[in-house]
Amino acid sequence: METYYKPEDLPKFEEIGKEAPELAKKFFEYYAAVFAEGELTEREKALIALAVAHTVQCPYCIDAYTQACLEKGSNLAEMTEAVHVVTAIRGGASLVHGIQMRNIAQKLSM
Amino acid sequence: MFASRLSSESIDENKDAAIHVLPFNATLAQHNLKLVRANTHTLQINLGFLCNQVCRHCHLNAGPGRKENMDAKTVDAVIAYAARSDFETIDITGGAPELNWHLPRLIEDISPHAARIMLRSNLSAMQDKLPDLVDLLRHHRVTIVASFPSVNNAQTDSQRGEGIFQESVAVLKQLNKIGYGSQESDLVLNLVSNPTGAYLPPTQEQAEKRFHQILESKWGVVFNNLYNFANVPLGRFRDWLINSNNLEQYLSKLSSNFNACAVEGVMCRSLVSVAWDGYLYDCDFNLARGLFMGGSKIHVSEMDGPPNQGNLIATADHCYTCTAGSGFT
Repeated sequence: METYYKPEDLPKFEEIGKEAPELAKKFFEYYAAVFAEGELTEREKALIALAVAHTVQCPYCIDAYTQACLEKGSNLAEMTEAVHVVTAIRGGASLVHGIQMRNIAQKLSM
Repeated sequence: MFASRLSSESIDENKDAAIHVLPFNATLAQHNLKLVRANTHTLQINLGFLCNQVCRHCHLNAGPGRKENMDAKTVDAVIAYAARSDFETIDITGGAPELNWHLPRLIEDISPHAARIMLRSNLSAMQDKLPDLVDLLRHHRVTIVASFPSVNNAQTDSQRGEGIFQESVAVLKQLNKIGYGSQESDLVLNLVSNPTGAYLPPTQEQAEKRFHQILESKWGVVFNNLYNFANVPLGRFRDWLINSNNLEQYLSKLSSNFNACAVEGVMCRSLVSVAWDGYLYDCDFNLARGLFMGGSKIHVSEMDGPPNQGNLIATADHCYTCTAGSGFT
């Protein structure tokens, strides 16, 4: 079935550099540096990436960082908790705007 | 010694016609490499395929129903081979070697012929045997290499069977009590971790740090070193890869992570593996695949010493496992 998202496109990511190689080079160097071990371990960074992938709802990123998390030694329970963190923040972000709703409603109401 | 009758290239064919992975030897050739023996300092002894566990990643299809176990005559032949070969290390494996009742005699009689004895254990098979084995293991300073795939209960049990994680932790605690795994002791307890699926393991250094931290804080367990091995696409694991439609993706992952620098350090260059029936293989994975040492069927009783340096090593697509990334030895 035709779909906008094709799994075989993920390994072609670097082709994005064909039209703007200097920008792509800078981006991929930065990307590699970000995910290298630093104050956070590679495993922790992969878990953050997995959570963000769910936030931006990118199927490529979810595929890539599910594998990365497993390969860095995380387990399904940890990965599920990371997705719940996303859900809590996303849900909380909606809910906290309820205060704005309440402020407006209270201003308009008797 | 014995010249290889078959080149490893002629053995190297992928039997799964639908899988498009370059033959291992073709990849070696692209890098101007050949897989040949260096100094063979380790004799690995596979006591048989009998095991109390039915692990889903087992490359040997080991399990409770397997009848292939080394008999007394072959044990004698292996001890005699060690006596005339001057190996540095004896590496005892299975199946579950504890289930072969010749194990104590093998350790006792082969110890004078090598500086270091290693016993690979799935831990749960050791549970009932430990009271009898303790003195022997301690006396001969046997290094225990224990399977411990993950610090996560669910991951471990999904790979090795229900309840295995807790049993393994209990045996590790017993081994710690004897003195195994402590930095102050010379009784070495190493752990081996395998991914619980069709993906590569983390870097050894990072995983070891995490295993130390979690095992000590959660379970009060200490150990010396952690070794990470990728799962080898053979036996029960290959069946699982096929049934779960992961084989092609997994082989591609292994082959695309080929690291020419890892070839020099692969274990088959320095190890010879003797099977339960006394025949020799370049490694335990070739044993699982039925690829005899250098392509020739040779019994341990025919050998007058370690295999010669420069002998060709039999290869197939599973060899990509040991050359992926930083390599697994």
